Amino acid sequence: MAALEELEQVYRAARRDKKFQQELDDLLRNYAGRPTALFFARRLTQKLGGARIYLKREDLLHTGAHKINNCLGQALLTRRMGKQRVIAETGAGQHGVATATVCALFGFQCVVYMGAEDMRRQELNVFRMRLLGAEVRGVEAGSRTLKDAINEAMRDWVTNVRTTHYLLGSVLGAHPYPEMVRDFHSVIGREARAQVRKQAGKLPAAVIACVGGGSNAIGIFSGFIPDRGVRLIGVEAGGRGTQPGEHAARFHGGAPGVLQGTYSYVLQDAAGQIATTHSVSAGLDYPGVGPEHAWLKESGRAEYVSASDAEALEACSLLARTEGIIPALESAHAVAECIKRAPRMKRSEVVIINISGRGDKDMGILRENLKNL
Amino acid sequence: MTPIKLQIRNCYFKSPMPLTFRARPALVAYLTCGDPDLATTQEVALAAVEAGAEVLELGVPFSDPVADGPVIQRASERALLQGTRLADVLMLAGELRRQTSAGMIVFSYLNPILQFGLERFCDTAGQAGLDGALVTDLPVEEAGDYLRAMRGRQLATVFLAAPTSPDSRLRRIAEASTGFVYAVARTGVTGERDQPPQDARDLVRRLRRHTKIPVAVGFGISTPQQFAAVGEYADAAVVGSAIVHTVERNPGREAAAVREFVAGLVSGSRAGRARTSATRA
Repeated sequence: MAALEELEQVYRAARRDKKFQQELDDLLRNYAGRPTALFFARRLTQKLGGARIYLKREDLLHTGAHKINNCLGQALLTRRMGKQRVIAETGAGQHGVATATVCALFGFQCVVYMGAEDMRRQELNVFRMRLLGAEVRGVEAGSRTLKDAINEAMRDWVTNVRTTHYLLGSVLGAHPYPEMVRDFHSVIGREARAQVRKQAGKLPAAVIACVGGGSNAIGIFSGFIPDRGVRLIGVEAGGRGTQPGEHAARFHGGAPGVLQGTYSYVLQDAAGQIATTHSVSAGLDYPGVGPEHAWLKESGRAEYVSASDAEALEACSLLARTEGIIPALESAHAVAECIKRAPRMKRSEVVIINISGRGDKDMGILRENLKNL
Repeated sequence: MTPIKLQIRNCYFKSPMPLTFRARPALVAYLTCGDPDLATTQEVALAAVEAGAEVLELGVPFSDPVADGPVIQRASERALLQGTRLADVLMLAGELRRQTSAGMIVFSYLNPILQFGLERFCDTAGQAGLDGALVTDLPVEEAGDYLRAMRGRQLATVFLAAPTSPDSRLRRIAEASTGFVYAVARTGVTGERDQPPQDARDLVRRLRRHTKIPVAVGFGISTPQQFAAVGEYADAAVVGSAIVHTVERNPGREAAAVREFVAGLVSGSRAGRARTSATRA
């Protein structure tokens, strides 16, 4: 608790500090490659025959996903706190890679916790983290995926809290993380709003993003929340079925509960034990969802749907063939929802899909699952 | 008309608040309920009390025990595979209460209690003869409803105090705690340690500025020497992983092994005091 209070104080002071903001902007621009493009997907639009589709290209950011926005911000805070060691959890490995990247940049010692099952299915990212100088520790307990990695990272943090900052990768966890991580990703939404007005001459009718912990979705949604005419659509992992353990659709099968310091929708059994989940995409494979998404859903501002493993794989393939962009399997869930929705919309309407990451890390899984290629 | 026997069973054996410790240090024994099964937990609990434990912490297994090290993690997994739920632990408490007047609190993460229903939990805990609870991941700042529900039924609310807490937070923790305050001996998770705790003395001293109720020290206490040393500055020592590990390592004779282990733990400090009184006499 003391560490959380310290972090909040440091964060609030940093937000008020112009020099902090300038330094962060400089790193986002000259190191990470912001602003990312907003691209009009002409061929996908024609193929679906409905709304005009724009892609927000977070996949073009350094390290290949949106994660680094948050990592750069928290790295600057780590330096402000005078800590030398950073730990993180990671699911698909993108947050682990982004954390290892900023630790190399700032000269921090870096330890990343990853579920043993995730290490197997995202091997490329494990190697990348090690190449960047991070220590990757596999977690064998529980379901051997993201939630177990978070447990282990939290155990490390309480043990080493005086020297170590826990660089949490999504809008989860105890306060101030959900708010702070959202703030660091809000640049996505600010950019997208300005870009779509310039390129399409109007605001979108809908913004679609995949939701694991919820960071890329909150990042882009935050730019449009006051614009009531813009529908915000979050896409969860529909996995391979509707039974517990077959998916990670928190808003369809879950109930309010407390997991890892957060009170939000959680997939769990009647006795309050946390459920195992499944998704072909490691980054969406988590039983809890960021509390701000729970609030957006309950207040009616955002709606949450799901896409199955099969639909995501198909969407990945379609985007690759029509636009020459291979999305991460996580982002492919948002593409899958657009494939269902765009045809029902008018030509005059605009849809933005947040392409939260690129699919290089998923080549192995794509090869296993798309055998007919 | 309710039979007299039933009335006595429901309220006769409840310990007064604050939980009164007799020995110094008193032993608070933690068990993960349902490991290897509930019947064994019952035997082990009674054996621990016979050998000298004054308070039992009945641990509810949870799928994500973030504050626990590998020993209690493994025990929780085994207990969950047996299907152990909060409801089972509350029933076990009732059974134990029929057989002992030792202090008894439930030790659980928050989510199982939330799903059970807070009011229902407090009612059932009270009826079972439990003295109170400790909810591992419920910070005092979020505990308003919980405190009201527990106080309304005279159930003790034990909270954890960490060595990293500043004094202002220790004061809030001390004010919210009844029964005893649980001082976490080290920054870290549960688990047996070779080294004695460095942070504990200072933490207890800082806590005593804000409370008169007993202070128990836990996390990593596993040997008779460590146990006796706690008595120099605190009222009780909590032993968890060492007992749970004893259960794990002695399949088929868990209760006997725990009885021996607990007797060994408390004998060091009792013998020390006996020697002292002998020389004074």
